[in-house]
Amino acid sequence: MSKRIGIEVSIALADAVGLCDVDVVAAYPITPQTHIVEHLAELVAEGHLDADFVPVESEHSAMSACIGSSAAGARTFTSTCSQGYALMSELCYIASAMRLPIVMAVANRAISAPINIWNDHADLMYARDTGWIQLISENGQEAVDLSILAFRIAEDQGISLPVQVNLDGFTMSHVIEPLMMPEAAEIKEFLPPFKPVLRLDPAKPITMGPVGMPDVFTEARKAQDEALKSSKPAIQAIFDLFAKQFGRQYKLVETYKTEDAETIIVAMGSIAQTAMTAIDAMRARGNKVGIARIRVFRPFPAAELVEAVRGAKNLVLLDRVTAFAGGEVSGPVALEIKSALFDNGLLPKVGNFLVGLGGRDVTQQNFEEMVERVTSAKNGDLPAYEFINVRE
Amino acid sequence: MAKETGIKSWKELTPGIAITNPGNAAELKTGDWRSMRPETDCEKCIKCGQCYIFCPDMVYSKDADGYYVHNYYWCKGCGICARECPVDAIKMVQEVD
Repeated sequence: MSKRIGIEVSIALADAVGLCDVDVVAAYPITPQTHIVEHLAELVAEGHLDADFVPVESEHSAMSACIGSSAAGARTFTSTCSQGYALMSELCYIASAMRLPIVMAVANRAISAPINIWNDHADLMYARDTGWIQLISENGQEAVDLSILAFRIAEDQGISLPVQVNLDGFTMSHVIEPLMMPEAAEIKEFLPPFKPVLRLDPAKPITMGPVGMPDVFTEARKAQDEALKSSKPAIQAIFDLFAKQFGRQYKLVETYKTEDAETIIVAMGSIAQTAMTAIDAMRARGNKVGIARIRVFRPFPAAELVEAVRGAKNLVLLDRVTAFAGGEVSGPVALEIKSALFDNGLLPKVGNFLVGLGGRDVTQQNFEEMVERVTSAKNGDLPAYEFINVRE
Repeated sequence: MAKETGIKSWKELTPGIAITNPGNAAELKTGDWRSMRPETDCEKCIKCGQCYIFCPDMVYSKDADGYYVHNYYWCKGCGICARECPVDAIKMVQEVD
């Protein structure tokens, strides 16, 4: 049976990856991901985990090693963030195009400059178009559960795509939280041994990652896009299987008090917890506010999100990243939501706010201000996006 | 036609377009890249096989009389055979439809 323990989220995540019986970990340390790979290195060095830990010289090499190891049929894990993600990013496109089910934890951190080691979602958005499945956790329990789920989703033969598990740097990675730690036997029952769709085998040679000339590139891209598209219902089905075994039910989009809400906040990651506290306070004053939280950003759950916000007059859309688009279109998360609303003929009043950049706290008061800003604005008065909590 | 040129529907591709049958480059028609084709004058040819050795593809093969003949399915028209022929028996001629 799972045990309720108090543990640093990074250590719990690394323990969970160990319990998933990972074969190869190739990683380079970078703040605030460091504790994850340090602990995995310890588990291997002390003989608790029968895996190869490859202490590579850079993140570029980390993902290269992961591609080779996954292609050979080994269950493979890495972790990075921020500048490290930027350095490995060219290989990330290759991992997904080669349909390699690598799992990567990203302890989300701002991208320089100014140099900053604290949390925002710049790296998460940087990874948006790489063809990876992107899961986003809200608390330590989710970081652990989504890591286990990530292997199950990635290795599903119908999916066979790499998966990112995002957790907010420091605000989650370095926080000690109470959580239910699954046991090895339970995980073993949930996560079958890795059976790759294709693998490198000297007895039956194949070529992986060949050149794709103009006569096949479009078809290759179409096939990859279909794989990501069809992963959406499969991810929900795997979430449901997880619920049966572990009793924790996850959805692509999570909602809190949205049923009768006139104003709905849409957010990702740990700030959703602060938002719920703010919502309780606003509801106590008679303000009907709710939240929809995006747990899976790629594939984007547009239908689920539209369903969650359909009844709202006002939407408060949060981007934890700076949008350098010139001021006339919204931030990346809000853009996706607005696109989904347009496709469904919905035209609520929308405010888009850039929040929590480079580790700036997002407080209960900030949420109340944003809700007030959107509800009191006249239609058409709100800019494409605005910074909040910025000193004038 | 699709088989001849190696072109497949996206539904038929292996994941990541992995190549699971080794040596399948032989199926790919590279001959249609050509703007000039080599022609051999058998009066001059000394059957030395330099064209066969230097051809970067698989265009040349020996016939029953010992002459080297072209398979234009693969010939990209690079002209290396004509450049290397020690007796100038190979000429590059314009492809005209």
